[in-house]
Amino acid sequence: MRKILSFAFAVIMIFGFSAAAGAQSTVLKVAMDADPVSLDPHVQLSGGMLQYSHMVFDPLVRWNQDMSFAPRLAFKWERVDALTMRFYLRRDVKFHSGNTLTAKDVQWTLERLKKSQDFKGLFEPFESAKIVNDYTIDLVTKKPYALLLNMATYIFPMDSQFYTGTDDNGQPKDAIVKIGPSFALTHESGTGPFIVTEREQGVKTVFERFGDYWDKNCPGNVYQMVLSPIKKDATRVAALLSGDVDFIMPVPPQDYERIKSHIGSQLVAMSGSRIITFQLNQKRRPEFQDPRVRQAIVYAINNRGIVKKIMKGVATTAAQQGPRGFDGFNAECVPRYDVAHAKKLMAEAGYENGFECTMIAPNNRYVNDEKISEAVVSMLAKINIKVNLKTMPKAQYWDEFDAQVADIQMIGWHPDTEDSANYSEFLVMCPNKETGYGQYNSGNYCNARVDELVLASQSETDLKKRSAMLQEVEKILYDDAAFVPLHWQNLSWAGKKGMDIKAIVNVQNFPYFADLVVK
Amino acid sequence: MFAFIVRRITQSIVVMLIIGFIGFAIKHEIGDPVRDIVGISVSVAERDALREQLGLNDPFLVQYGRFVYNALHGDLGYSFFFKKPTTEVILAKAPATLELVFVSALIIILVSIPTGIFAAIYPRNWFSRLTMGASIVGVSIPVFLTAILLIYLFSVELGWLPSYGRGQTVNIHGWHSGLLTKDGLIHLILPSIALSSIMLPLFIRLIRSEMMEILETEYIKFAWAKGLRRRRIWLLHAFKNTLLPVITVGGVQIGVMIAYTILTETVFQWQGMGFMFLEAVERSDTSLIVAYMVFVGALFVVVNTVVDIIYGLVNPTVRIVGSK
Repeated sequence: MRKILSFAFAVIMIFGFSAAAGAQSTVLKVAMDADPVSLDPHVQLSGGMLQYSHMVFDPLVRWNQDMSFAPRLAFKWERVDALTMRFYLRRDVKFHSGNTLTAKDVQWTLERLKKSQDFKGLFEPFESAKIVNDYTIDLVTKKPYALLLNMATYIFPMDSQFYTGTDDNGQPKDAIVKIGPSFALTHESGTGPFIVTEREQGVKTVFERFGDYWDKNCPGNVYQMVLSPIKKDATRVAALLSGDVDFIMPVPPQDYERIKSHIGSQLVAMSGSRIITFQLNQKRRPEFQDPRVRQAIVYAINNRGIVKKIMKGVATTAAQQGPRGFDGFNAECVPRYDVAHAKKLMAEAGYENGFECTMIAPNNRYVNDEKISEAVVSMLAKINIKVNLKTMPKAQYWDEFDAQVADIQMIGWHPDTEDSANYSEFLVMCPNKETGYGQYNSGNYCNARVDELVLASQSETDLKKRSAMLQEVEKILYDDAAFVPLHWQNLSWAGKKGMDIKAIVNVQNFPYFADLVVK
Repeated sequence: MFAFIVRRITQSIVVMLIIGFIGFAIKHEIGDPVRDIVGISVSVAERDALREQLGLNDPFLVQYGRFVYNALHGDLGYSFFFKKPTTEVILAKAPATLELVFVSALIIILVSIPTGIFAAIYPRNWFSRLTMGASIVGVSIPVFLTAILLIYLFSVELGWLPSYGRGQTVNIHGWHSGLLTKDGLIHLILPSIALSSIMLPLFIRLIRSEMMEILETEYIKFAWAKGLRRRRIWLLHAFKNTLLPVITVGGVQIGVMIAYTILTETVFQWQGMGFMFLEAVERSDTSLIVAYMVFVGALFVVVNTVVDIIYGLVNPTVRIVGSK
């Protein structure tokens, strides 16, 4: 009898343990093209670092798929006056160190953001953070600022107590160090769903779910996540198909069909907001000062064809800077491709015999960047513009771009603010060394009305009015052919079947892995 | 012998100084490291301040002088990406590469010697003809293609072997070895086959032609006439003399193989020096690039010295210069 009992007990134990383990121990192996460069979220502003921030830290608010805002550490917010937004913080939020989140941490984080070389530009409009009480904080801007909530998605409160003091080298723990050792580079204490338990830079990072995570309604069941960088596209796809990893991003366009047709894997794609353009330098070429020539070039380039043939449909043809869903999206601006009309415009401008000019493009920065520029060269040959193209790796490209060494230069842009005005501020506003506007405007397009509208949009808090302003900007740029729009790159993710990838991805490309449900 | 080694060390220091100088001279052409450590929207003024802080604005000779001074103190600079001393980064990555090269060299030796000898003795045998035919194909397929084909066949289609990385490693005093665990060894199979595929055909053909030549010589004919056993003639009399040119070529080719690890490691996401170097070029992590070049230069000198010593052991008629 005792034997039977102990046997039964053993069986129950085994089943009980394995059932518990099954529910808890979902391990997700993720392969990305790169891994986070640091554990300090403020050391570099890049897609990879923001993806990391969403795993280990939590923002005040975050983006929903439909570009609205979801409450996170702030459960409620309200505008107090034109300059001030009040955020009410949750009271049940713990940091990984065990400390409790208070308004002081938010204030401390904002001050640190304003010191970060990468983020200080974005947080320039902010005056200060005023603590109302332990769980209420006011963010005050210098001028009325329309994008305050967009910026709140970048405020990932850090544990002020944890990062205060000096480390073994006598360096302050909160120092933002780009090169060289620092406390924050290798230690983290955020409020996010995952804790970094192991990190070997460039090899793998291991995340484990934080036991005291405040969001008890979080549907995800990933207990441990192993992030490995796999640089080469073909290897990353092979790792997914062979089952070595469960989730990959980004997915190279040439492998979409392979992943779709493979039993056991799935692909999720979404139109993105990175616009690929060419800029026509008016300072170098008097021809480009004539709007008819610029229009002729836009008419001559078959960007639908490029999307179809070169991008294999994995992009959205563009005729303006911001995609559908952005405030400035203007439905009137549609892609135009008409070689006959382009030839007519060239003749009107007096260039029916064309001219010769130069072009540069990177060859490892954007998807198919080299092939796209080659296609554009052959398209421009049809309106007698002979283009001498030079492509180069991105490590060398940006210095050449800034020096404006060629007449036509390629640039892609994704707005850090997720807002239409950001494109204009960097790409088409009159270049101005003092204000920093037009930093990447190598076309030297300059239109006082565009500058005026974009600047006014910054402090316009009536979203309808603001939207109208930004749409007007897009229309002016379209009519002026200020630049050559090609397409917005699509975003893509792939994983094993049985996980709900659609629910966790968004146009910002910050997959919320904590919410991932793996069946 | 001692004088020989001392002379080699002196030479290697000169070699490394020259490599360092060349590396320094071209590093400005590789790109601007500051671009890679800041976001794209960071202002020009901020970037300039950072460049100044890193000492990248100093004149070339000042930078080179500082580099040599620090290098003599054992400091090859700081990696911009890894945020660690470059020597530390390279030493951490070196075991992966050395193990890969070691296993590939083992495959080459174990496969090329029997195959080459067999093909020389029985040139008309179907197996010899097949290997010769296959070696032409093998030598003309680029290594990254071989690597991708191997991944697709053995990982994706058959699912037998892992597609990337080193698997589980054991830490022996800082040397992370994949040779001691089953998982690590399984991960080694595909990369080492891919890497050996470049040299294997070459060595089979080399051994075959050298051996065939020697089998025609007078002393082999004399050995036959003496009535020695076949095995003794082939393996002792003929093969030993075949080895001399093979060792010379082998010494040079090990260096080439280290260069080829750059491609193999990238395809397999193998965390070695070659992969690290390619990444460093892409990120314009210039201090790491220069340190890698100096390190590989030193490695070449060591390999060549060892080959020279082995050569002297195999062929006593050759005296190493400087040894009495």
